[in-house]
Amino acid sequence: MGQTLIKNGHVIDPANGRNERADVLLEEGKIGAISRNMTVEGAELIDAEECVVVPGFIDTHTHLRTPGQEYKEDIASGTRAAIRGGYTAVLPMANTQPPIDNETGIRFILDQAQTQGVARVYPVGAITKGLKGDEIAELGLMKRAGACAFSDDGMPVRSARVMRFALQYSKMFGVPLSVHEEDPSLTQDGVVNWGRISTKMGLPGIPAESEVAMVARDLELCRVIGGHLHIAHVSTARAVHLIREAKAAGICVTCEVTPHHLTLTEDLVHESGYDTNTKMKPPLRTQDDQRALLSGLKDGTIDLIATDHAPHSFDDKDKEYLFADFGIVGLETAFALLHDRLVLTQALSLEKLIEAMTWRPAQVFGLSGGSLSEGVPADITILSTSDEWAVNPKEFASKSANTPLTGWSLTGRVRTVLVDGQVRLRDGTLTC
Amino acid sequence: MANDSVLKPKATIMDEAGIKRALVRISHEIVERNKGTENLVLVGIRRRGVPIAQRLAAFISDTEATEVPVGMLDITLYRDDLTLRHDQPMVHRTEVPDINGKTVVLVDDVLYTGRTVRAAMDALMDLGRPSSIQLMVLTDRGHRELPIRADYVGKNVPTSKHELVEVRLNEVDNVEDVLIMEKVERDE
Amino acid sequence: MNDVQQLRQKHILGLAELSVEEMTLILQTSESMREIIDRPIKQVPTLRGRQVLSLFYESSTRTKASFDLACKYMSAGAVSISKDSSSLTKGESLRDTVRNVEIMGPEVVIMRHPSGGACHYLARNVSSSVINAGDGTHEHPTQGLLDMLTVLQHKEHLDGLNVVIVGDVFHSRVARSNIIGFSRMGANVVVSGPSTLLPPYIEEMGCQVESDLDHALAEADVVYVLRLQLERQSASYFPSLREYTELYGLNERRLALAKPDALLMHPGPMNRGVEIDSDVADGAQSVILEQVPNGVAVRMALLYLLLGGGE
Repeated sequence: MGQTLIKNGHVIDPANGRNERADVLLEEGKIGAISRNMTVEGAELIDAEECVVVPGFIDTHTHLRTPGQEYKEDIASGTRAAIRGGYTAVLPMANTQPPIDNETGIRFILDQAQTQGVARVYPVGAITKGLKGDEIAELGLMKRAGACAFSDDGMPVRSARVMRFALQYSKMFGVPLSVHEEDPSLTQDGVVNWGRISTKMGLPGIPAESEVAMVARDLELCRVIGGHLHIAHVSTARAVHLIREAKAAGICVTCEVTPHHLTLTEDLVHESGYDTNTKMKPPLRTQDDQRALLSGLKDGTIDLIATDHAPHSFDDKDKEYLFADFGIVGLETAFALLHDRLVLTQALSLEKLIEAMTWRPAQVFGLSGGSLSEGVPADITILSTSDEWAVNPKEFASKSANTPLTGWSLTGRVRTVLVDGQVRLRDGTLTC
Repeated sequence: MANDSVLKPKATIMDEAGIKRALVRISHEIVERNKGTENLVLVGIRRRGVPIAQRLAAFISDTEATEVPVGMLDITLYRDDLTLRHDQPMVHRTEVPDINGKTVVLVDDVLYTGRTVRAAMDALMDLGRPSSIQLMVLTDRGHRELPIRADYVGKNVPTSKHELVEVRLNEVDNVEDVLIMEKVERDE
Repeated sequence: MNDVQQLRQKHILGLAELSVEEMTLILQTSESMREIIDRPIKQVPTLRGRQVLSLFYESSTRTKASFDLACKYMSAGAVSISKDSSSLTKGESLRDTVRNVEIMGPEVVIMRHPSGGACHYLARNVSSSVINAGDGTHEHPTQGLLDMLTVLQHKEHLDGLNVVIVGDVFHSRVARSNIIGFSRMGANVVVSGPSTLLPPYIEEMGCQVESDLDHALAEADVVYVLRLQLERQSASYFPSLREYTELYGLNERRLALAKPDALLMHPGPMNRGVEIDSDVADGAQSVILEQVPNGVAVRMALLYLLLGGGE
């Protein structure tokens, strides 16, 4: 494989506190030296002039829809979408058909990833059998087969008793429980945030308390029982507040936020005139929530950004608002959206953004990537912070196009991506 | 697109006194032809047919000392050109007294193609079954497209197709006259 | 000529999209249409040969009948598909229904649907004009218009009137359209009902909230009682019909708190003895039955205004 030299880029590697102009040398698929003005005889050159060189992004919350719903996404298309978005590793959720709730399922995902995937795939196993919330799944066997976390995502763990045992039991394996916090009795048939917009548009609302009540419950369980509680896609100001207090109290809790909850609000549902690509769970919330999420991210209450990439086919979305599926794709727009809306507006530093997409996810989920430390596999993403482009889902590698961002002009683009030192995306074009 | 032409007054063919003379004469003709005012109903076609009908009724009541009922007919919903127009006329209220078995005199300001009168007769038939319908117009400018003829005419005004007859009445327009208007190309 | 006015809207999706001028035009035209309904021959040839399709994905008796009559009175060809007969029950997607509609080529499609925004979806996907006959808990614009028309027939104008809307505002598209319509026309709208049945931020739609009904009724010119869906009790919105009727049922005593010439309205069908007492529903101040022909008039006016003009 030999040597590759990424020249003239600006390197941001939060894990090592590096934020400077430097060249990066890759040797045999691993990170070698990083220093200024290197020249290496015979090395393949990648020009990163005016670009930012960062560790490959890690998405801790992805729906690859395989097995069972390959018409929406599969490992081949989903990992290619990841690469186009600068992600070199994804954590596919277990709510497939059938759900990934045993070691055979985990092996299936790893096997598919081996043969079809172009990015790293770290499977997530279900917390409960069949995602039904009644009995704990075989966490131990799944962990041994390669599960890096457990989650019933898509569904909350309704029973406090089951959640209590899951925390207690998972402690033995040292992996996080990534939980979808929602009280079904409060959510009912809700489709948008409960409040101004649900009233105005005559759509059933999902109250913030639906999330907050469950977060409060699980924080208390985690305080008493221990274990690693990871709260998926936090969307409310109140949940951020509770998590901040819990962290201060020493509870082992981490959490994530999606790019869309950080940048969009419920107003988009109205402005889009009932576009079902604004329908997701948790729903887009208010400006106050959005502000709280951003400050939570800045002060470290929120650990990381995860896309909750939720592909749905045209038919699943081209329906009445009430009947359309929940969720939007996110892998291929995440960086551009966050850069455009947060970094360019100086609401968030580029370094902080990169940290929340690389090093923090690796730390929280105990993964090896997320840094440019010498000797680690060379998973690298090269970004332009000045390229402006219009979102066109026809160009997506994902099988699905369910994004509310169609036609939006965003500044910031993923140029080149390497996995294990191999180029998977070159100047925006997939090479795999 | 509208034609690039404007209307310019060409000639005044009736003034206030002329209009009054014509209406007084016609009020006599109506009574004479119908041998009195029994069973008579005047129905003005909105909009300028209405004040004309009211004035006729007043003249008749002056000479005959009886009140002749007056109705107002809006024929918008009976027009045959609604889909051809790119603008859309307002629909106004129709208020017509009982016309069953009555002699109805339809009243309008200008008789031209006859289509308005046809629509008005259709509308009247939906409102009841008059024993007969007569037609009174203040001016008849010719160019009929339907076999319709007025029973009472204030003034016959021969016109060409690119001309227009405009009746202006105090009740509606705050002036009182009848003009021939001519379409002329707008010069830029 | 000033006598020519047109709707700027191609669709009637909600009163939120209509300006004061447009609502005024619709109400004036409806007033003219009202006379046709009282004629022995209730038909004008205006829309002869024009086709109107109605899709009713929710049961409806009066709204559907009212639209059907409006089509007949205007001589338009009307075909309706309702939930029982339509392929909705067989699982055909709205999109496929829409495609079928499109190929049939009606000029106006009327739709009632359980999802808010379904008419917006339809409007985006067909070339016909769309009239919303009620979408979820979003809007019911023709009801709002007919209610305003009914009030206008008794009061000279809506400007400055005190309109009190009582009951399950939360689940009511009628309430939303009326709040928007009346407030836009200058009326002061107050909503009253159990706090569990008042939606959040409803005041931002142009009304005040007063949970104490007796208090809300003082100085009222119009008392609008909403229908109570009886199944809301089992969903815990209120403890019992008895308590609801006690606190929010409209009876003689309560109506007497309003102005002496206050109008009493209800969109129907009524739950007599629950949200409204028969004494007042059938009493001198009730204009509930007048709402029915006015509904036909408003729908005739909309058909005329949407179809009357040429290209």
